[in-house]
Amino acid sequence: MNEEGPIIRFTGVTKVYPLPAGDVVALDHVSLDVMPGEFLAIMGPSGSGKSTLLNLMGCLDTPTSGTLFIKGKDVGTLSDDELTRLRRDHIGFIFQQFNLIPLLNVIENVEFPRILKEREGGCTERCLEVLAAVGLEEELFSHTPAELSGGQQQRVAIARALINDPEILLADEPTGNLDTKTGTGIMELLDEMNRRGRTVIMVTHDQNVAAYARRRITIVDGRIA
Amino acid sequence: MIFFEFARRNVRLHWLRSLLAVIGIVIGVAAIASMGILGNSLVLSISETLTDVGDTIVITPHTGGGNGPPGASSKGISDRQVTEIQRTVGSNIVVPLYVGGDRVVIGGEVGAASIYGMRQEDVPELLDLEDGVYLRGPTTALAGAKIAEEYDLRVGSRVRVGDEEARLRTSGIMKERGVGFDINPDYALVVSDVFYQDFYGADEWDQVIVKVRNLDDIDTVKAAIEDQFNRREEVVNVLDTKAVLETLIETFNRISTFTTAIGGISLVVAGVSIFNVMMMSVTERTKEIGVIRSIGALQKEVLLMFLYESLILGLTGSAIGGLMSFFGGYLAVSVMLQDTSYLFVPSSLVYILYGMGFGIGTSILSGLYPAWKASHVNPIEALRHE
Repeated sequence: MNEEGPIIRFTGVTKVYPLPAGDVVALDHVSLDVMPGEFLAIMGPSGSGKSTLLNLMGCLDTPTSGTLFIKGKDVGTLSDDELTRLRRDHIGFIFQQFNLIPLLNVIENVEFPRILKEREGGCTERCLEVLAAVGLEEELFSHTPAELSGGQQQRVAIARALINDPEILLADEPTGNLDTKTGTGIMELLDEMNRRGRTVIMVTHDQNVAAYARRRITIVDGRIA
Repeated sequence: MIFFEFARRNVRLHWLRSLLAVIGIVIGVAAIASMGILGNSLVLSISETLTDVGDTIVITPHTGGGNGPPGASSKGISDRQVTEIQRTVGSNIVVPLYVGGDRVVIGGEVGAASIYGMRQEDVPELLDLEDGVYLRGPTTALAGAKIAEEYDLRVGSRVRVGDEEARLRTSGIMKERGVGFDINPDYALVVSDVFYQDFYGADEWDQVIVKVRNLDDIDTVKAAIEDQFNRREEVVNVLDTKAVLETLIETFNRISTFTTAIGGISLVVAGVSIFNVMMMSVTERTKEIGVIRSIGALQKEVLLMFLYESLILGLTGSAIGGLMSFFGGYLAVSVMLQDTSYLFVPSSLVYILYGMGFGIGTSILSGLYPAWKASHVNPIEALRHE
């Protein structure tokens, strides 16, 4: 798959979760292309399969059937380590709960994925660059996540997602835990990242947030509506 | 190393339960090391007590002789045989003995004691004096340390021996010698061969002791004696104290291993405690595991992170336990042996290393399953975990 092709391609992807009460079909023959540089919003009611779709895009899960290509790689054929490296090097995650590591301070949280990749860390130029990009004040750099507000935590989380310069940013309800004003700030930041060329894929059920995306899809009962 | 840092901070964050796990390891390591030190000190002290006789070959007649009533042994070791032994063993020391026991009367008190009859010139080869001088003629006797203490014997004290109450004068008190394989002079009187022959009518010796000058020769000398006397039939019994000593030390080593193993049980308990702490840590940090996995930590890196945690607990506990073993070992040895001189010898101190090694090993072993479990957490489920 060349550079011009889709960065993510779902072809007839089905995801079934086997449960004691019976199998749950979370995604049902989904086919979807995401082109490089797109800003895509995935919408839909709770339990519709949005998160499953995002988890598959983030290489946290593999399809039960069908094929999924990310950056030209067939995810279904990759080992756990290969999936992890794909995540580490090409995908940035932004969570609703921010999910910063409580034991680490701001700099360490941001540097963490870089350490995983490069085996070196510290307060590097790259780290300061991404922290500046998300607009976090310098005096907060040595604070731990518990000492930051929700908006500040999410900025740190975005900085962490950006540190390895990934092509794909995956955001799961990035403003879900933030007030409207802070949420708007975060969305503007994601919008800017997209305008700088990153593919941004975001799960939300907030229409105002989805309005930032250039393309919106809705999932209902595991299918794209 | 970020994963080590992670582990270190987590240990600090949950300092109380980490401390409890560490205490478990401390006790385990200290128990193993102290028991090991105690056992080793025991072996060392026993072997030192016996080293004096480790160079000794004891020759007794194949039948008769020994500890019967004085003079009763019809078949002992003759002077001719003693000369033969002397020729066989060359420059090594040969001491023939009469061995018996009799009634003694000391200062009006009546008791019993072992009686050894020895050639006057041989006595210094076998016995050390605490006080006084060696035998001075057939009317003198040397008193063992214990018998002297019990009957308040001093140099010059009168002792009467046997039913005829032959009068002897104590010329010297012997140094305490402890239990030996050759003779046990602590509760004995040593008299001259002349007195023994006259008084008991003994003609043949009951026992011959050969002191080997060079310990390495003991097997050769023993074999030579056997070859000289027992080629056709068993004429004498030849007891090599070195072999007996080795058996004894081996037995004590086994006891030492056993007590150390008992100490090991406490380490198993500590291992269970670490296992418990680590399982709690994994459960509590499931979400964190999900996060670090989703941002690119490999399974083996998560595994390492948790192993570091148990390693930190193990290292800390083992280091403190190692230090405590000094005190524990000191206490155990001073209570049990009243002698701490064997505490700081390498063969004792090595048990501290053993203890620490086992402590660290146990920690890693206990951390293995929790760490494996952490590394195999499903990231999606972990992220949902609250």
